[in-house]
Amino acid sequence: MIRFENVSKTYPRSSQPALRGVSLDIERGEFVFLVGQSGSGKSTLMRLILREERVTSGNVLVAGRELSTLPNRKVPELRREIGTVFQDFRLLPNKNVFQNVAFALQVLGKPRHTIKAVVPETLEMVGLDGKENRLPHELSGGEQQRVAIARAFVNKPAILLADEPTGNLDPTTSLDIVRLLDRINRTGTTIVMATHDDEIVDQLRKRVVELNNGELIRDQHRGVYGAQR
Amino acid sequence: MRLQFILSEIWIGLRRNLSMATSVALVTMVSVLFLGLGVLSQRQVDTMKDYWYDRVQVSIFLCTAKSDLPNCSAGAVTDAQRKAIRGQLDAMKPLVKSVFPESQQQAYDRLKEQYKDSPSYRDIKPEQMPESFRVQLSDPTKYDVITSSFIGAPGVGDVQDQRRILDPLFNVLRGLSYGALSLAGLMVLCSVLLVATTIRQTAFSRRRETGIMRLVGASAFIIQLPFILETLVATMVGTALALGLLWAMVKYGIGYLADKLPINFITTADVLTVSPWLVAIAAGLAMLTAWFTLRRYLRV
Repeated sequence: MIRFENVSKTYPRSSQPALRGVSLDIERGEFVFLVGQSGSGKSTLMRLILREERVTSGNVLVAGRELSTLPNRKVPELRREIGTVFQDFRLLPNKNVFQNVAFALQVLGKPRHTIKAVVPETLEMVGLDGKENRLPHELSGGEQQRVAIARAFVNKPAILLADEPTGNLDPTTSLDIVRLLDRINRTGTTIVMATHDDEIVDQLRKRVVELNNGELIRDQHRGVYGAQR
Repeated sequence: MRLQFILSEIWIGLRRNLSMATSVALVTMVSVLFLGLGVLSQRQVDTMKDYWYDRVQVSIFLCTAKSDLPNCSAGAVTDAQRKAIRGQLDAMKPLVKSVFPESQQQAYDRLKEQYKDSPSYRDIKPEQMPESFRVQLSDPTKYDVITSSFIGAPGVGDVQDQRRILDPLFNVLRGLSYGALSLAGLMVLCSVLLVATTIRQTAFSRRRETGIMRLVGASAFIIQLPFILETLVATMVGTALALGLLWAMVKYGIGYLADKLPINFITTADVLTVSPWLVAIAAGLAMLTAWFTLRRYLRV
């Protein structure tokens, strides 16, 4: 589903590469924790998957597409296969829960009847049924992250990227959110989650990929957070 | 769904950004107004030219007995000379459309009629007035042909073209219209810069929306469309206001003058003729500016 072949990335105006020689293979339906210190290259890796950035050398393949040769006009198609969730939720403050989730379908030109059917279904799945009309500021952090997950998942992407989705949440809520991601994973969606949350990683025992200074230093099935230390 | 969604997004965008949209509309209004004034005054000059050039004549003044013109030293024009001039004029058809001979008495009567209240011409006598041929040309710009043929000919005192009197007036009007067009150019530049700044600012304030659109895979066109359409709505409102103002100015301002003065003026029909061009210019510039600005300041 996602393949990195000896990928290096150096940002302009930076002497240090953000990623160096990373090779990685993530199969369809896998759940992968991406761990490592701040600045280790986790976000860069995710940005490369989204084609927000281009590799300096090497090759990235996502959902059957070779990203280094993917023309710009084909990038939206790629992104429709990828849902993204962030630490800071990134909800639209003046739209309610339903509208925030529907927005992702509306901008893709989905018909109204599809939106009316799919959005409530997705909201129910993330546990937000009955809160369709709330505005983001009327929700707790965990609920806001559920809205963000619903928005990322509503178009049934093949891949879901979560960049520290529990970074702003308390431990109990964090666990709820990861359980939700786990449920989504069981529907066949590939999940890549960057995190600093050792408890969660240790508890779920999924595949763990660790980056350090832009290098892949560990790729462990049923791994834990701090195996290296 | 898509259309309704886009319309509602535009409406929300305009409402949220009302002061900027208003400023774009007003600056567009002023620039289109100047542009319209420039174009319409050009049309006014053309209208007046058509009107007057149809009426202007070339006058061939013949020598009188006491004329002190250099070509009249031989004294008054003779019958033979008069006939020769007339014959030559007749031979110049179709350039010469018509010829009106004016006798000394007729010239005197016209002078008295025109300046009946003026004491300066009281002592003038009919035999002091030159007789003339008033020549109307099918193409008034070919006045030189007449001048070169008749100036210095026996019995001809002078050749005068009335166009010479009108041309300075037309030149002034033409100059004014170029002035209006130059101002319009400056104003158009202002609107283009304002539109660019507005879009840049709006793109920044909506970076969260556009960021989400980008991430869920909306096409560049869909991401840019609300910005382009909002700009278009604001500029079209401004253009409509400007056209309304132009129409009112011509209808009531020029209309009032047209009632008072025996001159052909432009009418609201001229406003209607130039309107589609002004709309096209305003819309084209707005979209072009929006497109260039978005390419630069909106990540898609």
